[in-house]
Amino acid sequence: MKSTKKIWVRSIMGAAAAAALVGSVWAQQGPVKIGLLATLEGPFAAGGADGMRGAELAVKQRNATVAGRRIDIIKGSSDAQPDVAVNAVRKLVEQDKVDIMVGPLSGGEGIAVKDYSKTQPNITFINGGSGAQATTLVSTSPNFFRFNTEGAQWMVGLGTAALAKGYKRTMIIAEDYSFPYSQVQGFMAEYCRMGGKVPQKAWVPLGGKDYSSVIAKIPKDVDALLVILGGADAVNFLNQYEAAGGDKPIMGGSITVSQDVLNYRGKRRDSLVGTLSAGPYADSYNGAEWQAFVADYQKNYPVSAGGYPSPSLFAYVYYVNMKAALDGLAAVNGDLSGGQAKYREALSKLVLKTPNGDVRLDANRQAIGTTFVTEVVKDAQGNLSTKVNSKVDNVAQSLGMSAADFKIGSRDVPACP
Amino acid sequence: MPGVGVCAVSAAQWRRAMKSGGGTLGTTLPHRALALPTEPDPYADSNAPGWLKFLWRNLSPRHVFIGLFLLVFPFIATPFFTFQVATQSLVLGMVALSLSFLAGFGGMVSLAQMTVAGIAGYALAVLGHSSSPEISLAWVWWVAVPFAIVIAVACAALIGWLSVRTEGIYTIMITLAIGVAFYYLVLQNYSIFNGFQGLRELKPPTVFGVYWRDPLPFYFLCLFWALASYFLVRYIVSAPFGIALQGIRDNPRRMEALGFNVVAHRVAAYTLSGLIAAMAGILLAWYNALMSPGSVGAGWQINILVIAVLGGVGHPIGAFIGAIIFVLLQTFAVDMIDRERFNLVIGSVFLAIVLFSPDGLLGLWAKLRLRFGANQAITSTTRRQA
Repeated sequence: MKSTKKIWVRSIMGAAAAAALVGSVWAQQGPVKIGLLATLEGPFAAGGADGMRGAELAVKQRNATVAGRRIDIIKGSSDAQPDVAVNAVRKLVEQDKVDIMVGPLSGGEGIAVKDYSKTQPNITFINGGSGAQATTLVSTSPNFFRFNTEGAQWMVGLGTAALAKGYKRTMIIAEDYSFPYSQVQGFMAEYCRMGGKVPQKAWVPLGGKDYSSVIAKIPKDVDALLVILGGADAVNFLNQYEAAGGDKPIMGGSITVSQDVLNYRGKRRDSLVGTLSAGPYADSYNGAEWQAFVADYQKNYPVSAGGYPSPSLFAYVYYVNMKAALDGLAAVNGDLSGGQAKYREALSKLVLKTPNGDVRLDANRQAIGTTFVTEVVKDAQGNLSTKVNSKVDNVAQSLGMSAADFKIGSRDVPACP
Repeated sequence: MPGVGVCAVSAAQWRRAMKSGGGTLGTTLPHRALALPTEPDPYADSNAPGWLKFLWRNLSPRHVFIGLFLLVFPFIATPFFTFQVATQSLVLGMVALSLSFLAGFGGMVSLAQMTVAGIAGYALAVLGHSSSPEISLAWVWWVAVPFAIVIAVACAALIGWLSVRTEGIYTIMITLAIGVAFYYLVLQNYSIFNGFQGLRELKPPTVFGVYWRDPLPFYFLCLFWALASYFLVRYIVSAPFGIALQGIRDNPRRMEALGFNVVAHRVAAYTLSGLIAAMAGILLAWYNALMSPGSVGAGWQINILVIAVLGGVGHPIGAFIGAIIFVLLQTFAVDMIDRERFNLVIGSVFLAIVLFSPDGLLGLWAKLRLRFGANQAITSTTRRQA
């Protein structure tokens, strides 16, 4: 008994030593570990799962190999709370020893992970789906990259389209946290500059059920409402607005006009036709790369296997960010030595081919990309879908303002009553 | 059974007091009469200092071993284990300890302990430095920290004062309600608590040239305060106040009849547990480097109860054991099973522990020792006196 045990211990120790030796020699050719964080719990669990699909699709398209090195994905989960996200990232970076970190999904998490990334200067962090403006504007981190455009950039073009429809005065109804602030700023920066007026903004709590007090406050003299509410909240609002006899045209934020809104069955259904909204992608965009991306998504994640009929916003942005991580790795031929300095250099200079055109980074490592303005249309069968109204290329985070004029959006910034 | 004992002894006391002409009842409290006859002190005539004799009497090899392990641990473990697993366990263990003290020795299950910790954390963020200079008052840490603790302890006393009027399930409900109310307050208030985004960049100070958020110093900082609160609870439960509190837990009406102020004792217990929770709250804010509504939400209120129950309510050390299990599961369950389903593992483990041992892990340990251990005197761990 005893001698077998000894042999066991010795052979294990020998194997460990050998592995350590081989490991140091082959480290350069070993697999690249990429940590992938999305919200698999909490309010964005469905979106987080689709984000994971998007990121996996980017890996699959390269057969999980870049420059001869295998790509290992290690997943982590959070529940959209910043402290949970940082704990999950810390585990991936310090315990699982990932080389590159992709994630997280929501705005508050993004800022917290950006703060954490400063303590790990040798690891490269690439955003997942988070769209808070401040992440790449205030106390930026040299190793945090974001290849998706954020909340304010997603609304560029909507102001012009609204004025073209004759909406000169707009009331805003939005949820009370950072992402809608950014969205409102993206809209108002352009809308106010071109002469539009926003006499009133109503900030409602996230997950609110009762909008009667807001509906009662809607002034008679506004031409349209800009509604920036998430899925279920948007449907609740539409129901109550209809019940109250409201008839103003509606515009939506980037996450407002989703499938559950398009499947809305109320009497106002027909009045949804013509609803404008804006975002980083459009389901019905007929660009060849976009169509190819959608087809690839549908092939890999059919509805029967839990996928969506068409990739969601999160699938798209996670795909873009993961693709950037892999393209950057290909650009340096898999070389992550020297604290990943070369890799980060390559990422900064990368011109990323996305399904919606080229994306470049600005000096704060924030994407400059394309925004779509879409309009709800009714097809021959009576189903509602969206079509592209206009497309704006090269949207930068400063929204066309100079650095001195630009202020991060908040409840009161900007204002044009 | 102990209830019967108390009854018999106090009746005898009562008779004796009556015979001797009264007046002595105040000095012969029931717990004094209950104290077991102590063995003669073998070191009575040695002239070693008192603290050494105390240590020698009370320390067992187990204590020395655990103490050494705690000291050596951060030097052999990776910084990740030191910071994320050990430190987080210590801090959450402190919050659970405050609940364990209230529930196990006072019979009051309060779900608002995380709220008290959150109040301390938020108070620190508002009084000290944070990423929102327009909110934070930027006081130096040695002013901000005591003030934050005082505020949280005052709130704990207030919460106690409100909830001692209720019993059992109603205490749970009212403290849950207070906790949820605080969650919505910080979620929707922007002028003080910065709403959904909370306050970030809460860093411990650099003192004596040490940056206290580095894994090693932060571990020892948390270890020190965790041990301090552990021994505080150990001391309190065997001090006259703690004995009276346990009496109130077992039979408040009798204690009232004996002349104890039940409400005052209970509020004092809330205040004391609030002190422990407040210290943990400060450490938690530094650990996360941020305070956001999510850290004081209903999920965390329940998690603290889960931690306390896992270890075994009523055992001060159980809170820390429960916290270690909880943190390990939270961190590593994701590696054990399909990533989308890891909460299932956490839930099953909790369920199994509670199902097989209502007294938590420590109860399980005691049961196993009873069944498989050598013959030994059966001592009740829950009712052990000083």
